[in-house]
Amino acid sequence: MIPRHFFIALSILLAAVLGMSVYAWHMRGRAAATPVASVDTRPVVPPVAGATERVTLFVAYDDIGILRAQSAQIAMPSVRQQRAEELLRALIALYLDKSSPHPLPPGSDIRSVYLVDPGLAVIDVNAAFADGHRSGVLAEDLTVASLIQTLSANIPGILKVKVLVEGKQRDTLAGHADLSNFFDVSAINQLTSQLQSTQ
Amino acid sequence: MPSINRACARVGRAALVCPTGQSPAPRRQPRPLPVRLNARARGAVHLLFRVGILLLLVVSLSAAPPEKHLSIYSTAANYSLPIVQRQGRDYVGLLELLEPLGTVSAKSDGPRWRLHYNNVLGEFTADKNRARIQGRDADLSARFILENGRGLIPLASLNSLLPRFLGGPVTLHEDSGRLFIGSVATHFTASVAADDPSHLVFHFTAPVNPSVATEPGKVRMTFNHEPLTAPASPTLTFSSKLIPSATYSESNGTAEINVTTTVPLMAGFSNDGRTITLAPAKSQPAATATPKPAAPSPQNPPSAQSPTPSLLSVPRHYFAVVDASHGGTDRGEALSITIAEKDVTLAFARLLRQELESRGVATLVLRDSDANLSLDDRAFFANTTHAAIYVALHAASSGHGVRIYTTMLPYADSEDRGPFRSWPTAQSSSVPLSEATAASIASMLKRIQVPVRTLTAPLRPLNNIVTAAIAVEVAPPASDVSALNSPDYQQLIAGAVANGIVAIRSQLGAAP
Repeated sequence: MIPRHFFIALSILLAAVLGMSVYAWHMRGRAAATPVASVDTRPVVPPVAGATERVTLFVAYDDIGILRAQSAQIAMPSVRQQRAEELLRALIALYLDKSSPHPLPPGSDIRSVYLVDPGLAVIDVNAAFADGHRSGVLAEDLTVASLIQTLSANIPGILKVKVLVEGKQRDTLAGHADLSNFFDVSAINQLTSQLQSTQ
Repeated sequence: MPSINRACARVGRAALVCPTGQSPAPRRQPRPLPVRLNARARGAVHLLFRVGILLLLVVSLSAAPPEKHLSIYSTAANYSLPIVQRQGRDYVGLLELLEPLGTVSAKSDGPRWRLHYNNVLGEFTADKNRARIQGRDADLSARFILENGRGLIPLASLNSLLPRFLGGPVTLHEDSGRLFIGSVATHFTASVAADDPSHLVFHFTAPVNPSVATEPGKVRMTFNHEPLTAPASPTLTFSSKLIPSATYSESNGTAEINVTTTVPLMAGFSNDGRTITLAPAKSQPAATATPKPAAPSPQNPPSAQSPTPSLLSVPRHYFAVVDASHGGTDRGEALSITIAEKDVTLAFARLLRQELESRGVATLVLRDSDANLSLDDRAFFANTTHAAIYVALHAASSGHGVRIYTTMLPYADSEDRGPFRSWPTAQSSSVPLSEATAASIASMLKRIQVPVRTLTAPLRPLNNIVTAAIAVEVAPPASDVSALNSPDYQQLIAGAVANGIVAIRSQLGAAP
């Protein structure tokens, strides 16, 4: 015959095992439901080091719908293409901040920037950048102008810009801004001056 | 004994004759006799043969019935489809019929055929008279036919079947092959001008562009693309000796108005294609030596506002094209949990059309239902209507007031070649006019204290439009996004936009 205290201990242990199983199952479900887009894929440590430079970032402000030129001190590599990438990453870092004036979706990043002579720049953004971008003519206009104006103001010689998403052409950024054509940098300059005042 | 055959003698090189009372006995294996003709005779035979073949062809072609068509009129598009004859009945392809109206796909699995139109599922079975639409039975007037994966339904069933897919009424003129989806019909009245009985004036409820043909004693106007419907009586009589009557008829997907007349008439278009005036043609030149028509010439010379005869020129169907952006599966911005941009733009487009038409501006709404329409299609439709102004409508939750955009042209890799415009930069020559329109609308909005900005944007299809083109993005007046759905707010904006267009109308209308 099984002693009574042994039976009670066995029951408690069995109940504990069952409880743990239910809890583990619940946690597994929650982990699966976590959106992938919220994962920040940007490197934890800046990939470049060395002397910092003063650059001009054209920052979008949604509340009044304008673009402002702001100075920033960032570490810039010597290679032209890497400089372009770091420049845009600094801009995006600003937009991903909690107090961002123009929030971008979590995980937004620049995959790479290709500078092709004569005068072509190709900005390749990741899927999170475009998939989660807010829709709206002005909202998308601000993003496009901010990226291209920041790039062309700091990297001389760029005449036209193509924006790719995950290395592929996409029709629009989020339903409005046309990404199927090449952006004319002079037209972006004109848009920037329009966006710098609320009229 | 000589055989009968031997008794026959050859005459010349071709004929075989026999003595009287004798006929050649049939041979066991008759051989064709070689017919040898000289070159001239051979040429004549060949000619006769060719003429015969030609005659046969002409007779057979003229005897063949003309191909039947079904014309479909809807707010999304007007188009026509061939009607096919199966088992003595008229059939049409259901997929082809629904394709221009929304998102449609079909899949066949053995005798079963499933069709998805937007969110509606239709299930058909080959050789069955019954179908299921959204899980409910629907009776067909004849058997469903499945041919190489193509689903054919009897024409007579469209009246009962289509409303189940489209969610609205349709009207089928089965005998004449015309299908009206929704309230799209164009009506007309005809009357002899009160001051001049030699002028017959047709008023249409929407712009029309018929082909006009004159025959002795008759003027025929054929409406191939317009949803024209019959007047109360198909025969109209007038108290005019010059133009005694007109008859309306429709057949094989077209409508016709035949006007009987005793004098040559010319057609003139006015009121943006809503009015057609038939008037006696000018008197013949003296060199033709024809007597002057007995009818007196009009007492008053034509005023500046009288319609210009435009048999050779293309009349402008619509002055303005209003495009409700997004639609169908493209919801645009989610303005709130319940408000989608596509719904706000549609409501706003309808209001703007109302405001423009109340100011005498003939307006076409490109997307007048929850349909998918690609950017290329929007540009194509806008360009082919030859409208003076294209207005794309957007709505946004961010900011306040209204933003008016003109195109930000892309970097030009290609150039116009002769009369052909480069597609990405087709707007280039109209940019100044677009900017003037944007400025005109902005000034009207400022007058009613609505915050407004004019900007450029890389926004298709503005860059593909050859005429003046702007986009209007409406944001809420304050922080409450639901105000975008407010009819009062929409009316306020639509009224100002319409005023801005009317203010620059002469400049827009003068553009080629």
